[in-house]
This record gives sequence, C-alpha cells and structure tokens, in this order.
Amino acid sequence: MASNSDSVSDTQRTLYPYVTGTSVVALKYKDGILMAADMGGSYGSTLRYKSIDRLRPIGKHSLLGASGEISDFQEILRYLDELILYDNMWDDGNSLGPKEVHNYLTRVMYNRRNKFNPLWNALVLGGVKNGQKYLGMVNMIGINFEDNHVATGLGNHLTRPILRDEWHENLTFEEGVKLLEKCMRVLLYRDRSAVNKIQISKITEEGATLFPPYSLKTYWEFAAFKNPTVGAEGSW
Amino acid sequence: MTKQHANWSPYDNNGGSCVAIAGADYCVIAADTRMSTGYNILTREYSKISQLADKCVMASSGFQADVKALQKVLSARHLIYQHQHNKQMSCPAMAQLLSNTLYYKRFFPYYSFNVLGGLDNEGTLHLPSTVGYSSQGSGSTLITPFLDNQLKSPSPLLYPPVDAVTPLSEAEAVELVKTVFASATERDIYTGDKVEIVILNASGIRREYMDLRKD
Repeated sequence: MASNSDSVSDTQRTLYPYVTGTSVVALKYKDGILMAADMGGSYGSTLRYKSIDRLRPIGKHSLLGASGEISDFQEILRYLDELILYDNMWDDGNSLGPKEVHNYLTRVMYNRRNKFNPLWNALVLGGVKNGQKYLGMVNMIGINFEDNHVATGLGNHLTRPILRDEWHENLTFEEGVKLLEKCMRVLLYRDRSAVNKIQISKITEEGATLFPPYSLKTYWEFAAFKNPTVGAEGSW
Repeated sequence: MTKQHANWSPYDNNGGSCVAIAGADYCVIAADTRMSTGYNILTREYSKISQLADKCVMASSGFQADVKALQKVLSARHLIYQHQHNKQMSCPAMAQLLSNTLYYKRFFPYYSFNVLGGLDNEGTLHLPSTVGYSSQGSGSTLITPFLDNQLKSPSPLLYPPVDAVTPLSEAEAVELVKTVFASATERDIYTGDKVEIVILNASGIRREYMDLRKD
C-alpha cells in the first residue's frame, strides 16, 4: 500500500531507537519559557550515558529539547545549525523566531515520516521573540501543536495533569522552577529511564540561559514504601 | 530473511468532530478544539478550521500532521491560483482541488476527514453534500443522525431534484450546531473542550466559541 522511499534501502531505514533520552517538560512563565530534562541516555534498559545535553539553544530566540533517539537529535542539531547559519548570512537584521524554527522542524519530521524513515524524536521548541512567547511540540510522525505547557514521553502521562492543575499565566521564575522540579521529581520516582541529574534552562527576550545540572532531593521514607505487601500477601 | 515490518505506524488519530450546515444565504462550519492521541489529551485549544479563500472554509479532523499538510497544500495552491487568475477561487473549484489533492495520495492517503463549506461568487451557493449539511470525525456517527432528523426535508431521490437548502435561519443553525456539539461531547471521548464556529454570510466572516465539557 505505502510507496517506498527510493533513495534509502531497507537496511538504512530507522527501525527502532537505540540510545534514547526520556521526557522533556516545558512551560511558559512571565518572562519566557522554562524547560527541563534529565541528562540520561538509555541503551535499552541500561542507563548508559549520564551526561547528555538534551536542551540546546537555537539561534537567538529559541530553545530545543529532545527526547527519543539521541543520534537523530544530533542530526537535527546539524540541520538547525545550517538553517541558522544561512539565516545569519543574510545579515539583514532579522532572525528566525521560535514559530519559524518549529515550523521548519515540523516539515522536516513530517517529510521523513512520509519516506518511512523517521527521526525518532519528540521535540519541544520554546522561545520568545518581540515579546511573544511560543512553546510547541512536534513528534516523529509530524504531529505538532503549541500550548502553555508541553511534555514528551512519560511526561505527557505523569506531568501534564500536574501542569493542568497548577499552571497559570504570569508564573514567576521561582514558581516556574518549583513547578518544573515537582514534575521532574514525579518522573524520577516513576520513570525507569529517568536519571537524577536534571538541567533546567530558560529563554527570555534577552536570550537563553542553561543552568548547571543538579540533583533533586528525593524522599523514600513514605510509610507506604515500607512493607508494601503487608495488605496483599504474595504480592511483590 | 523475511522482510522486516515497521514497528511504528505513520498514522495516528487525533480525534475531533467537524460539522457544516448550509442555509439560504449563510454557511456554518464548526469543529471542536481538542487534540488527542490514544487516551491522552495533547491540547485543548487547537483549531481544526482553515480559511482557504475569502468565502471558503474547511474543517478537518483525523491525523493532525496530514490535516496540516493538506491545509498547507490547498492554501499554497490557492495563492498560485490568485497570482495566475487575479481572483479568488470559487467554492466548487476549491472542492475539486480538495478532491484531486486527496486522490493524488490515493496509495498513501491523507488521513484527514474534511467538511468544506462556503458561499459562491453570486453569494448563495454552498457545499456540504447534496443535502445541505455534513459531519465528519470521531463524533460524526453521533451527529449525523441528529442532523438528518432535524434538517432533512425533501428526499435526495426526488426527481426533479428539490432544493435541499435548510429553511433554518442563521441564528437557529448556530444554536443547532451548539446543541449538536454539546451532545456529541457527552458520549465521544475525543470531542470536547471548546467548539469553534465559523459563520460565513454576505457581510463577511464571523467566529464564535462555546465551552464544552472538558472530561
């Protein structure tokens, strides 16, 4: 039924991802966008790499966060590098904003999906240009949308409900970081591919700032964690 | 070695319902604003309606990436048409373009369910099928029977054909659309959040929104 790509042979198409990054969570706040991701790269069920930068600034106005196949993310960074380079070479005082970069990424992802050779990622693109905040997402089959808060992977299931409940317009920076930390902590407890080394980055009209990675405090002394099977003999 | 089969699907269903009703001198096109995947809601405020020409509006539900691509292709083709013919595309022409564009991808389809509506150049011709109304998307099975009950007057089998344009006034049609979406929201998990209603008439184009249940 489907028309097969001409230039890429079967052995060269992406069949499954190998080294993957887990969720990215992002939200709009008063001055711009806040984005968080951990620094893990899993190789199946092994937590193989623990210092992978999954948040990158793009041009002057945008921040890209990626989950999924890391090598495909690096390929996307090469595409974007070229895009921004050509944009700068016009030297006309204008620069690509987050809407434009998101649109470009959407087209790239959709076109690869059409050729049955997807870039196995879910991307979060946020930024501010001329006072307008923008936060969007695009995934490997080209589904894209923008919203006040987005999350990829397990983040969609675990953190979007928290964000729907607690996000509001004009969060301060501190409130935004606290909310993101709450989300990342839930992911840390419940996502098996999460690593306790998270990076938060923000982007405002002034530009992007990537904060140094740090660990979240966790608490394991909940009563329910002790003797978890006391109410259900034979359970594990 | 047997051929490897893909373990991913190039399609997804992002849900949503679309409705169009044509009247004597107006056309109402409406769609909900929810975008879902599986049992998740991705966003509650996504517009499925696209204005292809001055007096021609399309609502599409289904797989969002294909919907977006289709809307872009039609918009681009309309722009080229305007450059070449120095006028807007008429609604029947746009409908034919939509049909041809969809068929072009017959063997790797755009998973996009569309309702196209609008006013023609003379001001009074409209599109949704020969019965004057149509519905697509996840809630269509709930909506279409109700519209049939409320709007279907003469049989489409009559000869000579009797004009099927609904006798409802514009305000009544908008009320009907709101009722229909509120009902579909009750039972279809993919329909809800908000309904965006676009009304086209001689004086121009107007947009209305109504909140729907968010569960």
